[in-house]
Amino acid sequence: MALVTPSKTQTRYDAIVVGSGAAGGMAAYVLSKAGLKVLMLEAGRNYDPLTETPMFEGPADAPLRGVGTVDKPNGYFDATVNGGWKVPGEPYLTQKAVDDGSWVEGDNGDRMKPTQSFMWWRARMLGGRTNHWGRVSLRMGPYDFKPHSRDGLGVDWPIGYEEVAPYYDKTEALIGVFGSNEGLENVPDSPAGVLQPPPQPRAYELLMQRACKGLGIPMAASRMAILTQALNGRAACFYATPCGRGCAIKANFQSTTVLIPPALETGNLDIVTDAMVREVTLDKSGNASGVHYIDKATGKEMHAAARSVILGASACESARILLNSKSALFPNGLANNSGHVGRHLTDSTGGEMSGQIPALENSPSYNEDGVSGFHLYIPWWLHKEALEGKLGFPRGYYIGHSGGRQMPSMGLPSSIGKFTGGLYGQKLKEETRRYFGTFVSFHARGEMIPNEHSYCEVDPDKKDQWGIPVLRFKFKWSDHELNQAVHMQKTFASIITAMGGTPSRPPELNGARAITAGGSVNHEIGTTRMGAAEKDSVLNAFCQAWEVPNLLVTDGGPFASNPYKNPTLTILALTWRSCDYLIKEFKKGNI
Amino acid sequence: MNLSSPRSVSRRDAVKWILGAAATVSALDFEAFGLPGLPTGIGTDPNLHKKIIPWERILTAEEMKTVTALCDVIIPADERSPSASAVGVPDFVNEWVSAPYPQQVGDREAIRAGLAWIEKESAARFNKSFSELAEAEKQQICDDICSAARAKPEHKKGAEFFSRMRNLVAGGFYTTPEGWKDLGYIGNTPMAEFKGPPPEVLKHLGLA
Repeated sequence: MALVTPSKTQTRYDAIVVGSGAAGGMAAYVLSKAGLKVLMLEAGRNYDPLTETPMFEGPADAPLRGVGTVDKPNGYFDATVNGGWKVPGEPYLTQKAVDDGSWVEGDNGDRMKPTQSFMWWRARMLGGRTNHWGRVSLRMGPYDFKPHSRDGLGVDWPIGYEEVAPYYDKTEALIGVFGSNEGLENVPDSPAGVLQPPPQPRAYELLMQRACKGLGIPMAASRMAILTQALNGRAACFYATPCGRGCAIKANFQSTTVLIPPALETGNLDIVTDAMVREVTLDKSGNASGVHYIDKATGKEMHAAARSVILGASACESARILLNSKSALFPNGLANNSGHVGRHLTDSTGGEMSGQIPALENSPSYNEDGVSGFHLYIPWWLHKEALEGKLGFPRGYYIGHSGGRQMPSMGLPSSIGKFTGGLYGQKLKEETRRYFGTFVSFHARGEMIPNEHSYCEVDPDKKDQWGIPVLRFKFKWSDHELNQAVHMQKTFASIITAMGGTPSRPPELNGARAITAGGSVNHEIGTTRMGAAEKDSVLNAFCQAWEVPNLLVTDGGPFASNPYKNPTLTILALTWRSCDYLIKEFKKGNI
Repeated sequence: MNLSSPRSVSRRDAVKWILGAAATVSALDFEAFGLPGLPTGIGTDPNLHKKIIPWERILTAEEMKTVTALCDVIIPADERSPSASAVGVPDFVNEWVSAPYPQQVGDREAIRAGLAWIEKESAARFNKSFSELAEAEKQQICDDICSAARAKPEHKKGAEFFSRMRNLVAGGFYTTPEGWKDLGYIGNTPMAEFKGPPPEVLKHLGLA
C-alpha cells in the first residue's frame, strides 16, 4: 500500500482518515501500526519536505526578497502550499470587523488591523499545517482540563490531566520535544528522559531574563518539537533555516517526516491526495459507511468505504463535513442532533509589541540563529491573582518573542529608520551597523473562553468550486479576552523598559485594538467539543461521536477549552488515545 | 546559500510557466491583479528552489539610470562593503516596482513619480541628468528630501518618495550576502551545537 490514485483504492478499509496533519498523521500512524488497513484522504497535493524545503536560501534567492504576498502570505519560503488566508476556489464567509450584518469573503488581512471578524488559515498539502507550524509544544495542565470547576466559566473536559499524561509522554518521545522540567504551575513536567535538552539562551534572552527577574516575571526554557539530539533516523537541528519552511533533515516535527513515512512502511496505509471530502456516508443502521470525496484531478465524485471514519481535517473543516452530511436520521448534519457542531469556536488571543534596546548596540558579532523561535519563554505566572479576580480577566497567557541578530530581512530599514531619521549614504551604513540586532519583539498567546457569539455554520447559498457548501463564521471576543490583551500590552512595555529600552509605541489600552483578529493565531478549535453528556457535546471522552459510534473527530474540534498552550501537542496526544480506544472497540466487536 | 542572479523571463514563458504550475488559479484571481486573464504573480505553489520572476520589468533605461545613481547615494561603497549597485540592487528595485501585488503597485506609482521629480529638479538646478551630477550636487538635492520631518512643504512629496526608496534600496542591500557581512550577520550556516553567546558578548552586555 502507498500513495495511490482513487482508482487503485481497496474496496473497503478498516478506517478512513480525513486529513494528514497532526490528527490525520497520528491516526494513520497508530492504526496502521496496529495492523488496521487505513485510507488517508488529503485535500491538497502530495508534498515531500526532503526535496522541496528551501534550506539555506536567503531573501535574495526569492522573488521580492521573500516578502509576503497574497499568493504566499507568510513569505515566499513558508512551507504552505496553495493556502493561507485564502485557498483558490475554496472561499469562506465572515462578517466585517465592524459588523453591519453583511457577509464578506475571507481575504488576506492584517491581524492587528483586521477588516473581517475571523481569519481562517488553511494549507492544501500532505501534512497540512504541521509543515509550517510554530513547533511550540506546551502540555495542558490540570487547571486547563477543569476550567469551569476552577473559576466557574466555560465547561470542564470529561477527562483530566492524568488521563492524557501517558499520551503526552508517548507523543513527546515519538516526535521529539526539547525543554526542561522546572516544576511550573500548570505546565506539567515530563518524566525523566522524555524531553531533549533545550538550547542555550541567546544574548538578548539573557538580558530579558534579568529584566524579568527584577519584575517578578519568570522565564523558563521553551518547549518545542525540534530535535537537539538525533532521534529515530532524524538529524538534530543544525541551527540554521527557519522551521516555517519545513525541514529537509527532519529535525522538527512534521507529519510528513515523522508520522506518515513509518505508517507507510507498515504496508497498511493507502494515501489519496487531492481528495476533497464532501460528506460522511451512512449505512442503514446509521453507522458511518465511508465518505464521498471529489477527486480534484478529474473533478469526479468518488466513494470510499470503511468500518470506521476518523475526521482530522482541522476543527472547522471537520465541522463543515459533518454539517454537510445531512440525512433523514441527521437533518441538521451528522452527529449534530445536539446542535453543538460548529459552536464553541475559539482561537488563542494574541498581542504584540516591539522595542529597541540600547544595551545591544555595537555588540560583538556571533551566530545567534539558534532554533526557530525563542529559547526561553514566559509561562503564565499569575494563576492565583487571576483566580482571586485581581486582574479583571480570568485566564492566562504566555509570552514568546524574537529579536537579536536574526537574518536581515526587508523589514530592517523601516524598523531602523525611526532611529536613523533622515540619514543616507555612509552615515546610514554606520548607523545600520549600530542598530542591527538591537530590537526585541514580543508576542503573547492567551486563553479565550467559548461564547455564544462565536461559531461557524454552513452558508445556505454559497458553494466552493467543487460544489460543496462553504462555511461562514461569526466571531466575537468578550471582555475576558479584551482585558487580557491590555494586560499583555502593559507587560510588554514594562519588560522593554526594564531592559533599558524604548517600546515602539505606548501600550494600547483599548482592548479591541490591542488584540489580534479572531482566527489569526491559527488555534481555532472547539467546534465538535467533547463532553460528559450527549446533550451538551458532540463527542465523548474518546473523541467518539455520541450518535455514531464508528465516527471519531480528533483534530482541534474536540477541545472543550482553549488554554494558553498551542494545541498541536494535545491534538497529537488525544488522537493517539482515541485511536487506542478505537482499536480496543474493534477487538471487543463493539464496532 | 547562494545569491542567484535574477532571471528574466519573457511574457510568453511566464504565462506558460504559470499556467503549468498554477492551473487551479481561477480567472477571477487573475483579474484581481489588474490584468484580465493574464496571471503574472508567483502563484500559490511556486518551486521554492528557483527564483523565477514571472513579470516583466517595466522601468525604462532612463529611469534605471536614475535608480542606479540613487542606489549608490543611499548605499555607497566603503571599506567594509560594496555599493548597492555593485550587488544588483537597481535590478531588484525594478523587480519590486514591476510586481503585480498591491503593495508593490503602490510603490511603483510613488517611485516613478519620484524619479521624474528628481530628474526635473536636476535639470532645473544643474541642467543635467541626476546620474551625471557630481556627488555634492546629488547630495544637495537629496538633503532637501531625505527627512520627512525636516523637509520644506514643497519637498514633502519628494521626502515621501525618498523614504520609500531608502527602504527599498537598504532592504535590497542588507538582504544580500554582502549586506549580511557588512552587518556582521554570520548565521545561516550549520552548527553542531548552539553554545549561546561567547564571553566577549556577555561582557559587552554586562552579563559576564
